[in-house]
Amino acid sequence: MTGYDILQIALYLGLLIICTPLLGGYMARVFRGERTPLSFVLRPVENGLYRLLGVDSKAEQNWRDYALALLLFSLAGFGFLFLLQLVQGSLPFNLAGAANVEPFLAFNTATSFVTNTNWQAYAGETTLSILTQMIGLTVQNFVSAATGIAVLLALTRGLIGRSGKALGNFWVDLTRATLYVLLPLSLILAILLIGQGVVQNFSAPVTGAALSGETQIIPQGAAASQIAIKQLGTNGGGYFNANSAHPYENPTPFSGFLQMFSILLIPAALTYTYGSMVGSKSQGWAIFAAMFILFAAGLVLMLAAEYAPNPAGGGILSLEGKEVRFGMTNSVLWGAATTAASNGSVNAMHSSFSPAAGAVAMLNMMLGEVIFGGVGAGLYGMLIFVILTVFIAGLMVGRSPEYLGKKIESGEITMAILAILLPSAAILLFTALGVIAEAGLRGRASAGPHGFSEILYAFTSGAANNGSAFAGLNANTPFYNLLIGIAMWVGRFGVILPVLAIAGSMAGKRVAPASAGTFPTDSPLFILLLIAVILIVGALTFFPALSLGPIVEHLLALSGRTF
Amino acid sequence: MKHLRAALTAFVLLTLLTGVVYPLSITAIGQLLFPVQANGSLIIRDGQIVGSSLVGQTTDAPAYFWGRPSAVNVMQGSSGAVIASGATNSGWTSVTLAEQVAARGAALRAAHGLSADETIPAELLFASASGIDPHISPEGAALQIDRVAAARGLDRARVEALVAEHTEMPQFGFLGMPRVNVLLLNLALDSIE
Repeated sequence: MTGYDILQIALYLGLLIICTPLLGGYMARVFRGERTPLSFVLRPVENGLYRLLGVDSKAEQNWRDYALALLLFSLAGFGFLFLLQLVQGSLPFNLAGAANVEPFLAFNTATSFVTNTNWQAYAGETTLSILTQMIGLTVQNFVSAATGIAVLLALTRGLIGRSGKALGNFWVDLTRATLYVLLPLSLILAILLIGQGVVQNFSAPVTGAALSGETQIIPQGAAASQIAIKQLGTNGGGYFNANSAHPYENPTPFSGFLQMFSILLIPAALTYTYGSMVGSKSQGWAIFAAMFILFAAGLVLMLAAEYAPNPAGGGILSLEGKEVRFGMTNSVLWGAATTAASNGSVNAMHSSFSPAAGAVAMLNMMLGEVIFGGVGAGLYGMLIFVILTVFIAGLMVGRSPEYLGKKIESGEITMAILAILLPSAAILLFTALGVIAEAGLRGRASAGPHGFSEILYAFTSGAANNGSAFAGLNANTPFYNLLIGIAMWVGRFGVILPVLAIAGSMAGKRVAPASAGTFPTDSPLFILLLIAVILIVGALTFFPALSLGPIVEHLLALSGRTF
Repeated sequence: MKHLRAALTAFVLLTLLTGVVYPLSITAIGQLLFPVQANGSLIIRDGQIVGSSLVGQTTDAPAYFWGRPSAVNVMQGSSGAVIASGATNSGWTSVTLAEQVAARGAALRAAHGLSADETIPAELLFASASGIDPHISPEGAALQIDRVAAARGLDRARVEALVAEHTEMPQFGFLGMPRVNVLLLNLALDSIE
């Protein structure tokens, strides 16, 4: 590593800290319905939308109503995207001549984008038409992210609310997140990206007469508009197969920096929004600190692992699956950010990372995508761990646990455990199935422990709604399309529903004034405890699986073993 | 029922907004402000498209600089299919990867008359992530100067100067790595004669 590498990382982390209160404060105003600099343009659009929806923006919902609205909206999106793929071959804007998608793949892809996972079992440039990418995928990139924010807002209001009916209104949260946050940021980012060389056109593939005398047919497309929201919405689904390693998606180091920054921007800023909405900014910063420490620790481990030469590969630093313009440091920094943030876009191939770096990438996801995590999803996942930590701290000192002045009781803890167990169970049980079933084993591209890692990574990525891959695995089979699809549903709604139930039960509770016996949840001690709980839960759940994959592969690689 | 109506209406309206209005506006602005970039940074020589400055090409002609190894078929010949993108996804313990790296190393040593203990820049040994990485490192280009100069009967210093001219430094002085765009360098070589 050189001084430039360190400077880039420092700039990245520094900008993240600076932008957290700026964007976070803006979002708090937006979601409280206050005036913002964009209101003069967007307020009329917003109100127009409510009228067409038949929604009273002042009417608040209880948790069941909120959940029902959210589920119906997600199902509508799923149904449309599923059908769109089945018939895309006969629809217009199919410039590269993509065929209709087969049902298993269509199910997987529709699930993937509706659950904010953006796992891609297909190759963008050949499988999907421009129309599908535009009115199918781009739309879900926006609304699945906005849905994540909405769930976070409902939970926040539940934690501070005085009545069980005061969770806000799903339609209002969805609309505001899309209009005031995601659209303006995407607009700016997309245009900056085009300036760097990201394509944005509706042209058919271009045929070039190459220097060698051969022809080269280069696909085109409306990539920039989709890539902007793919990063900002922690979606991660690429326009092209190689995702953000493709020079048309990510042409320069600056475009790389912008995209990498956009991955963590909103999840980080939401911690400040949260602190602002619960009336104590230090509560938000405490959560930010826990996320930041876990992120930095993972990053340091990955850098150390990747900057070590591979004994089995001739003892030189490996550039396999990495691009020259990004080099080692930017590839690793991106890898850390994209797995921490449930984004899943890649600028280097994680499967070719060193086993230890791959293990950190997996662990980032296995911890529940709470290290910044998905837009909204990361923070509501983290709040589950906060509730669990408060509970454990309460047990340790023998006091009844409280968070923000409200008692945490068995109902909340049951739901919190459910939200942690469901995705974890999906990862481990489906991976077990993958290594037993012939259809699962057949998908492996590698022999030895790396083959196991491919399967483990796939289900981890699906259940954590991340979407990145050890992409050697041939996941475009009915077996994987179906099982990973189910893992994605469980990982998304198996968390959202318990979270909304917690919001509902917390909302009606009385707030007790803080006393000398109250355990402060914004102290360094609490931050440490929170980190410890996350790591202990994650390690206990996943250590055996990780030892069979990346850990044993690391040890074998050190002794020069190949498969 | 109330929710169903809202769900369907919201979905249709947000689809129009984020799936039609948004991408079309971005396209309009992009085409207006950055027409070259928005259309794929294509390179046109003598009225004909030769490729894109962002998309790598492969060649094994001694008179050209060589780019990175690729896991995909970068040139499609006459098959008429669009080029794919992608990587090997080989892990550290892949025997295939170890063999590929050894074979590429041996081929590069033979082509450039290098001894066994001279190091070869890693990007020439390892396949890229996109499969169409347009760049190599300045060291990777320097390694090939003698071969290219000899094949073209050019002065070594001339080729060296051309490589230096085509070496892009980190963006804004610190972002990313120094690099050489292989296609642009080869085109510049062609236009000398």
